Amino acid sequence: MDDLLADFLTETNEGLARLDEALLQLEKEPSSRGVLSEIFRTVHTIKGTCGFLGLPRLEGVAHAAENVLGLWREGTLAVTQEGVTLILSAADRIKQIVAGLEATGQEPAGDDTPLKAALDAAALGEALPEEGDHEPILAEEEAPPADAPLAASPEGAGAGGQAPQTIRVAVEVLEDLMVLVSELVLTRNQLLQLARSESNAAFAVPLQRLSQITSDLQDGVMKTRMQPIGHAWSKLPRLVRDLSRDLGKRIELDMRGAETELDRQVLELIKDPLTHMVRNSADHGLETPEQRRAAGKGETGRILLNAFHEGGHIVLEIGDDGRGLNTDRIKAKALSQGLATETELAAMNDRDVHRFIFRAGFSTAAEVTSVSGRGVGMDVVKTNIERIGGIVDLRSREHRGTTFTIKIPLTLAIAAALIVEAGGERFAIPQAGVLELVRVGPGKGPKVEKIKEARVMRLRDQLLPLIPLKSLLRLEAEPGQSDAEGFVVVTQVGAQLFGIVVDRVFDTEEIVVKPVAPILRHITMFSGNTILGDGSVIMILDPNGIARATGLGSEAASDHAVRKEEPRGGMLARQTSLLLFRAGEGAPKAVPLSLVARLENLKAGSIERAGDSLVTQYRGNLMPLVPLHSFMSPPEAGHQAVLVFGDGDRAMGLMVDEILDVVDAALDMDAAGVRPGFLGSCVVAGRVTEILDTGFWLKQGQPDWFEPLAATGARPSLLVVEDSDFFRNLIVPAVMAAGYDVTTVPNGREALRLREAGERFDVIVSDINMPELDGLGLARAVREGGIWAEVPMIALSSRSDPRDVERGRAAGFSDYIAKFDREALLTSLQQCLHPALAR
Amino acid sequence: MMLTLTVAEQLCGVPVLSVRDVLGVQVITRIPLAPREVAGSLNLRGRIVTAVDLRSRLGLPARDDGKGAMSVVVEVGGELYSLLADQVGEVLTLNAEERAPNPPTLDAAWCGFSLGVHRLGDQLLVLLDVERLLELSA
Repeated sequence: MDDLLADFLTETNEGLARLDEALLQLEKEPSSRGVLSEIFRTVHTIKGTCGFLGLPRLEGVAHAAENVLGLWREGTLAVTQEGVTLILSAADRIKQIVAGLEATGQEPAGDDTPLKAALDAAALGEALPEEGDHEPILAEEEAPPADAPLAASPEGAGAGGQAPQTIRVAVEVLEDLMVLVSELVLTRNQLLQLARSESNAAFAVPLQRLSQITSDLQDGVMKTRMQPIGHAWSKLPRLVRDLSRDLGKRIELDMRGAETELDRQVLELIKDPLTHMVRNSADHGLETPEQRRAAGKGETGRILLNAFHEGGHIVLEIGDDGRGLNTDRIKAKALSQGLATETELAAMNDRDVHRFIFRAGFSTAAEVTSVSGRGVGMDVVKTNIERIGGIVDLRSREHRGTTFTIKIPLTLAIAAALIVEAGGERFAIPQAGVLELVRVGPGKGPKVEKIKEARVMRLRDQLLPLIPLKSLLRLEAEPGQSDAEGFVVVTQVGAQLFGIVVDRVFDTEEIVVKPVAPILRHITMFSGNTILGDGSVIMILDPNGIARATGLGSEAASDHAVRKEEPRGGMLARQTSLLLFRAGEGAPKAVPLSLVARLENLKAGSIERAGDSLVTQYRGNLMPLVPLHSFMSPPEAGHQAVLVFGDGDRAMGLMVDEILDVVDAALDMDAAGVRPGFLGSCVVAGRVTEILDTGFWLKQGQPDWFEPLAATGARPSLLVVEDSDFFRNLIVPAVMAAGYDVTTVPNGREALRLREAGERFDVIVSDINMPELDGLGLARAVREGGIWAEVPMIALSSRSDPRDVERGRAAGFSDYIAKFDREALLTSLQQCLHPALAR
Repeated sequence: MMLTLTVAEQLCGVPVLSVRDVLGVQVITRIPLAPREVAGSLNLRGRIVTAVDLRSRLGLPARDDGKGAMSVVVEVGGELYSLLADQVGEVLTLNAEERAPNPPTLDAAWCGFSLGVHRLGDQLLVLLDVERLLELSA
């Protein structure tokens, strides 16, 4: 059964159980407005939900009943016993239909016309007491008893036979459990600490067991509260679709990190702000296709939702590539509303100006639209988020788009932390942010060096900025403690690495993050406090706060998404998640997992033949199915495993025999024994595995997808700048197989960061339309000077009319080719690298 | 009903209903960067309690007798705070008639924290407004 339907049934059954009771109470005290309101709400909810789920019978009955209840509630119609009887029979009918739904997943067939007519008649008021109309009602009432045994039995079976798979538990109960478990963990830690100093072995074993069980219990309780954030997003694609139709805009919604888990309660609380912000992006942020074309952007606007964990917080980003905030207009508005003076505005940077939109009553939309101009402004969003201890911020660049960042702390998280000491005080640093520990001191090995007052350390090839915790927290130095001696906790926030200098490092310990008292909440250096195993209270350092306080990684959140994908620059391109599957004889086959949109197990019956090819109906479209080897035919019965490749509207299914596993492996391909459809083979999980040439198969399914390739070369290094995962993953295997060393970054800004880091490449291949810094901007920046000034650059774009090509060349691109033309890309690469040969 | 406590010789009172615990000298963890009045935090049976030094809060000189302070744990807004006092006395039922408004000459800072003054035999008791005491600005 559909999740939605199951939820609906659970809810409706609960509502119905109360409904009977409430109706009977209403009969006794017809004037009770509270009871009436409750009944109305229940019926209204049922009606609303089933309209959404497409349950016409249920909706019809609920609607007719709601009409009557509505009139009662308004006081237009008096509550009568007959009326209550009628509503009761409507409730019975609803129950009957719901029971049918539960048993079969479908609305049972049946005719509700007499009941609805009776209800409608009652709604008309006077008609009710009249004899003529009364008869059919009574007749109608006879009917349900006749149906009743039928209705009752599936209902009975429903109660006894299929016990519900889920139960509803009040959040409070879970909350209490969580608190108790947190306390248990702390107590367990104290016991363990005691046991460490005691030599009484008799306790050791049971204590070990207790410890284990506590951990399991803790995991279990945590799980009950966690839900993937995708739940809060489930309605957004539909919302965006409707919005794009209403607004006449083309919008693509990109949701990343939907599996990021979030405390249920927090999830509920951010749902509305999130919806509001997506609405805002679609309505105010994105332009119409015409405007976008005029601005030199793709017609389809993009809204990106991204969620990820960052050092005990969940970060949510809602971004669009629209027109961005109009700084001048905000200034004018702030001025006219008296929020700031001209002088103050002049001294503000754009970011601070943009933050005015979080002020109450501030809306810069030229006109109030039906979509987001409802008097619910960003200030409400901000208030709601701050209420749960979150922070909201934004970044916007005119014509590039706006990104909102919401950061919500995990107030109840249990985390591992490193205990350190500085200036005689102990602090906990969440282990998640700690990359490594380096001992510094006189003599050999790493040293703390000073450039004026700034402390740095040479760590391998990098200059690591250091933050001495003592001076940061204004702790007095202990006498005799030399400044140059201690430990450096290497931490990463966003893309920024830095070292926190501490005097001593103790153990790691499991800590329960407790929020600090409100009077201390302004100290951003701490994310919380906790009680250690020895019973002492300790503050938990927040690496993000420290970075912010010292001016490091101020753009941390924006860089984070990038870091997650490419934690070590080029390294990631080497390690690829591969989906292993079996198709036909011989070696197992593999395909980069990121290329596969979904895995499906299609019913044999759903596969149809259209001419020579196989198709299936998939999400409202016909999807071509391609067998991976010629003698494979669809099964007569049972299921067919299909890898679905998709790019927006286009999808193609590849039929395979069996899906085996997902493994991480280096795509170090050997082109020996290459045959059509495969890029080559490599060793995956100890076995020779053929790597699928996705391009070849996409072309089989949809010949216009693009051209296949086969080429070899030396190992020149290539930087691929491309924001779309799909195309990036398409390009990378192809060019790697062609013998290039590939590093990928998702936008121009990241590319320039690599330049700053001194990375060198032989060729740069860049997409044109990208967030942050687009291809043209990148090309200009590269040509301006620096170590890449002479590096050939190839533009990849889906738009390649002469005007675009001209713009590309003017910006500094050496070549400009269509995005899906891999042959052309490889030829162009060859030309760039060996210009003499090519000529 | 008031719990009496002494801060630098001055007798003060806090409503007994807001008091959760009275503790002897505790191990208090200092909190760097915290407001001056915050002495640190301590562990009360698994709950973290923020300690506010009443001497510092009331603008009195720091304790110099070498003895530790007593903790009067109060709950405000669901959070536990410990008010550090020199001594904790007894629980008294105060007669409302003996209560006088703040004398106009009272230190301005004290006026903010005092709900009134009680004449208690030969002593004067300052009725502390716990919530105001805990409104610490950064």
